[in-house]
Amino acid sequence: MIYPAADLSLPVALAVAFFLLVGAALALIGAIGFLRLPSFYERLHAPALGTSWGIGGIMLASMIYFTAASSRLVIHEILIGLFVTVTTPVTFMLLARAALHRDRTARSHGVPRKYPIGPEERPREDISDEE
Amino acid sequence: MSAVIIYTAVAIAQFMLVVAMAIAAVRMFRGPRAQDRIIGLDTIYINAMLLLVTFGIGTGRVIYFEAALVIGLLGFVSTVALAKFLMRGEVIE
Repeated sequence: MIYPAADLSLPVALAVAFFLLVGAALALIGAIGFLRLPSFYERLHAPALGTSWGIGGIMLASMIYFTAASSRLVIHEILIGLFVTVTTPVTFMLLARAALHRDRTARSHGVPRKYPIGPEERPREDISDEE
Repeated sequence: MSAVIIYTAVAIAQFMLVVAMAIAAVRMFRGPRAQDRIIGLDTIYINAMLLLVTFGIGTGRVIYFEAALVIGLLGFVSTVALAKFLMRGEVIE
């Protein structure tokens, strides 16, 4: 099934082009930031630009294009957007925890030390405050 | 007129996504530690997924959407497995 672009109206084509360019530009900016930021924990933030509005813009463009070209509602691109939005924080949290663990075992500088968080290791005044 | 607009936008977007993939590949090959390489791989597959969706818009076929969905699923699983390997030294304990 091929839906050609020639029989679209001009506002629809402009909207599709706008969202495509916004999404691709944000993905490119995220990649440039990923290359240029100095430390790993700062570099972790940059690709999220591409996974939030990069994905959002291009999926929105695809939804508008196929809805207008096939003259029925086509929104299955929401599936990819939802999936990436749910999974990106999971992967980045896992990677950040893994990197923190590696930095702590390597005893490198600039890494926050590990505080005890279990109830048996907590100082006593915290427990008396809660009562 | 609208076809010209859409094809120009698709070409520019594909160029930008390919440049983003190349930059992420540079970081993946140069990255000082293993976690940088894993994030480089993550960025590369996200951009490859976006590139497939723009191919779908450019050709007007719906079939590219399914390939993008498969890339997204496999990329998530591979990144989580690699992060688990970095943290523990094993994937499945």
